[in-house]
Amino acid sequence: MQNEIIIAGFGGQGVLFAGQLLAYAAMDEGKEVTWIPSYGPEMRGGTANCTVVIADEEIGSPLVRNPKAVLVMNLPSLDKYEPLVKEGGVLVLNSSMVPRGVARKDITVVLVPANEIAEELGDRRMANMVMLGGLLAHLEVLPVKAIEKALKDHLPARHQKLLPANIEAIQRGSKF
Amino acid sequence: MAKELLKGNVAIAEAAIRAGLQAYFGYPITPQTELLEWMSARMPELGRAFVQAESELGAINMVYGAACTGARVMTSSSSPGVSLMMEGISYIAGTELPAVIVDVMRGGPGLGNIAPAQADYNQIVHGGGHGDYNLLVLAPSSVQEAVDLTVLAFDLAEKYRTIVVVLLDGSLGQMMEPAELPPMKPLKTAYPEWAARGEPGDSRRVLSSIYLDPPAEEVANVRILNRWKEVEANEVRYKEYMLEDAKIAVVGFGTSGRVALSAARAARAEGIPVGLLRPVTLNPFPNKQIERLAETVDSILVVEMNAGQMLEDVLRDVKGRVPVEFFARVGGIVPLPDEILNEIRRMASQPLSTTGHPRDRWLKRMPQIMA
Repeated sequence: MQNEIIIAGFGGQGVLFAGQLLAYAAMDEGKEVTWIPSYGPEMRGGTANCTVVIADEEIGSPLVRNPKAVLVMNLPSLDKYEPLVKEGGVLVLNSSMVPRGVARKDITVVLVPANEIAEELGDRRMANMVMLGGLLAHLEVLPVKAIEKALKDHLPARHQKLLPANIEAIQRGSKF
Repeated sequence: MAKELLKGNVAIAEAAIRAGLQAYFGYPITPQTELLEWMSARMPELGRAFVQAESELGAINMVYGAACTGARVMTSSSSPGVSLMMEGISYIAGTELPAVIVDVMRGGPGLGNIAPAQADYNQIVHGGGHGDYNLLVLAPSSVQEAVDLTVLAFDLAEKYRTIVVVLLDGSLGQMMEPAELPPMKPLKTAYPEWAARGEPGDSRRVLSSIYLDPPAEEVANVRILNRWKEVEANEVRYKEYMLEDAKIAVVGFGTSGRVALSAARAARAEGIPVGLLRPVTLNPFPNKQIERLAETVDSILVVEMNAGQMLEDVLRDVKGRVPVEFFARVGGIVPLPDEILNEIRRMASQPLSTTGHPRDRWLKRMPQIMA
């Protein structure tokens, strides 16, 4: 069993961290996992993405053309990844950031107003956690509890005070 | 020890430290910089030497000097930086000193880009500096393997008084995977008799690559070659996947090897009997294993992230006994599993030729592949 997840958006939206959190949770659950960022001469506001592969056996390629799931945080990422999601896969869309709908009918589309929810909870920067919640509710890859535990275990000490709000963000997202 | 989620570059740095690294010299370059950055924090903290040199030329010559003391020393860089080091590498080889070099390859030639590539295979595996010498080359394909081979690199360097290169591409340097680090080894306290330690009362020890008298240089060349023959006899490493009943064998190293594994599994799921040979040592190369493959499979596919550099080594071993095909993405592009799967399907369904060169056939297909 293998799941591939691409998380894509603007630099600064927490795209890479959301992927790392998935990877930590997968590792702690005893799974094989790879996390690979798009890296390049990029800056805040440019596009960023990462690919996370979670599997039960030794992982071959850390990159895939057709991922099982995509978390889309902005319009350029929707344009790029909508055609690539595997048939029957999941596309989680940050509807606060993307002014258009999704045309594909052969995938599960999850619309999450992630920025609004994150702002309600006190900080727009938690939109990535809301989106992760949305993914976990529709892709059987890891239990929400595993992500919450990973957040607890791997959030730097200086950010631990933000833990309850982040966990709430994941839970709010998982209701979509 | 428990597994940690580690970035390739960081994992290699920490593995080297735990293997007893005493001095690191380097100069930042993407996609390798996290390695140097980790060293800059950890080495001083442990009371060991870290120097960010003024350039790669400075760094490799600092490695040269420090290696003369018999200490465990290393540097790391990426393609253009390693090109700058070539003179020093030849001098270290000529002086018969152990040292470890990590090369995190990027797209080239020239300044190229910072994306993953394997185009420095020939430079590292078949020379690059002047003179008769070999580098022992280890090619990891995962973060765990990068950790294990980095530790091994120091032992092999000392055992054979040679430079060992850990050769990987930018994607492995940048990716994170769970890996288990080795326990911290105590620093060495005993040094070989050749090491220049500056101890009072010791006899004078001269370490140099200068042999102005050609017969003396000939003796040195033969000594270096004899040592290399031992390496060839003892240190060939490779990994095989699903080859027992394979009719098609894929050969790939590092990242292209692991991407090929995904393709091979997908082809197996379609009923195509395909396996994978992944060379772990690129020098010495697993020649015998390739020769054996040529006797057991119907055809061989070589996959690389360069324009067919290892391909020539495979062709030399196959000697035209079975058809060889070639697939690559170049210039900093990582091949995807479905591209390699298409090649395997094509090989399983079409008659293949042993005439002409596989690189030429690949080049003809490239316009479609790039489209």
